[in-house]
Amino acid sequence: MRTKIEVRDVAKGFTTKQGPLDVVDGVSFTVGDGEIVVIVGPSGCGKTTLMNMIAGFVRPDRGSVLTDGAERSRPSSNGILISQHGSVFPWLTVQQNLMFGLNGHASLDKAALADHYAAIVGLKGFENSYPHELSGGMLKRAELARALVVKPEILFMDEPFSALDALMNLRMRNELLRILSEERHTVLLITHDVEEAIHVADRVLVLSPRPARLQASFDVNIRRPRKLTSPEVQELRVAILRELGVDRSE
Amino acid sequence: MQKVLPSVAVIAVLIAVWWVTVIATGSVIFPTPWQVVTGAEELIEDGTLFQHIGASLARVGSGFCLAVLVGLPLGLWMGWVRGAYSTLNPIFQILRPISPIAWIPIAILWFGVGNASPIFLIFISSVFPMVVQTTAGVHTIEQRYLQAAENFGVARYTLFTQVVIPAVLPQIIVGMRIGLGVAWLVVVAAEMIALRSGLGYLIIDSRNARNRYDLVIASMIIIGLIGLLLDGAMRLLEGLKSVKWRYAHQD
Repeated sequence: MRTKIEVRDVAKGFTTKQGPLDVVDGVSFTVGDGEIVVIVGPSGCGKTTLMNMIAGFVRPDRGSVLTDGAERSRPSSNGILISQHGSVFPWLTVQQNLMFGLNGHASLDKAALADHYAAIVGLKGFENSYPHELSGGMLKRAELARALVVKPEILFMDEPFSALDALMNLRMRNELLRILSEERHTVLLITHDVEEAIHVADRVLVLSPRPARLQASFDVNIRRPRKLTSPEVQELRVAILRELGVDRSE
Repeated sequence: MQKVLPSVAVIAVLIAVWWVTVIATGSVIFPTPWQVVTGAEELIEDGTLFQHIGASLARVGSGFCLAVLVGLPLGLWMGWVRGAYSTLNPIFQILRPISPIAWIPIAILWFGVGNASPIFLIFISSVFPMVVQTTAGVHTIEQRYLQAAENFGVARYTLFTQVVIPAVLPQIIVGMRIGLGVAWLVVVAAEMIALRSGLGYLIIDSRNARNRYDLVIASMIIIGLIGLLLDGAMRLLEGLKSVKWRYAHQD
């Protein structure tokens, strides 16, 4: 598998009133082309900072991020970030939101393409709705579709479904997996939810508490579609939780 | 219906108290509500009322439009460019608390006693709230939206037309509402000086030349009603679907 993203020893600290604070301290890993890598870590461990560096929004103090072998120092539409709080523009309709990133391609029939992706994520019939008329799950679908429509090679997802209730979270994961089976994207997803990680990942990386370092890596060789109640999933879950410092007996 | 009933009742009581007081005190100058109504009828019949309303609205319209044309681009620029904000904001903060009425002598000095003076005063009074609201609107655009726009790598034009301006539009509408409200207050005051038309002139003329307090009060009520209509018109803008997201939680 060709290497899509290479993260080389990135580190980032911030200055706070209490003095310097190391948030990410030398993280290195690679993501293969078309691979789904999920990073899990305890809350407040610097996951979001790491993601912002990889997506190009924050410059690392040290180290570098390479995409297709070239250094990435600023965000590009080649890798779209979907974050926990969402950024679907509330002043645009679903269709206008989906067409937003297509502005460079004047010759394309943008509306048709937007509607096509709205249908893919199950928003058919809501193209002309405004975000405040949609539910939380539908907003996530709109956000996903807006990213997919520009055909990014990479999807960066920072706790994408954690604001949803458990049932909607599960449905959105299935939805994501269905889309990824149809359209090929490299995915880097961050979560604190171990079950979510095992459900979607080809590989799970475990981060240490702050300052974040890479602590462990697990290949998830479980056949898809995965049954979350299967013994192998449970076994892996226990192993990952143990890395996170949570014992089964707790 | 249930909602308006109490306020209608209060208005009815106020009119009744007014009426009874005028009769009880036997005042010859202060009119009864009925005299106000007949006074207003008189103004409607000879056509002068609509001339005065038209003159006032035309002044407010031109001064307000000028303020929109100047205030909105200025506010967007000050909001977006940090240097513009730090340079101009102190000046605006000093000029803003000066009552538009205080500008009257300067307006007369610069623009004489024609229509230009009140238009200038209306411009001065409504441009500041619009600049301030627009600037604040740009400053409060949530980072996640700007970050998303950056992520998709759109052109600067698209960034402004599809993200910055629509994000600020709800604040712009608030600024316009405040600006128009102040403009309507100021036009009446401005017309009391040296002009021969407008609702402000009508009040001063009714008092000075004719001692007609029925017309004074009729004009005051008409000013209030037109102000209410203007505000209602601006409120309609808040119902636009593309700005509802901002006001939705206030319903």
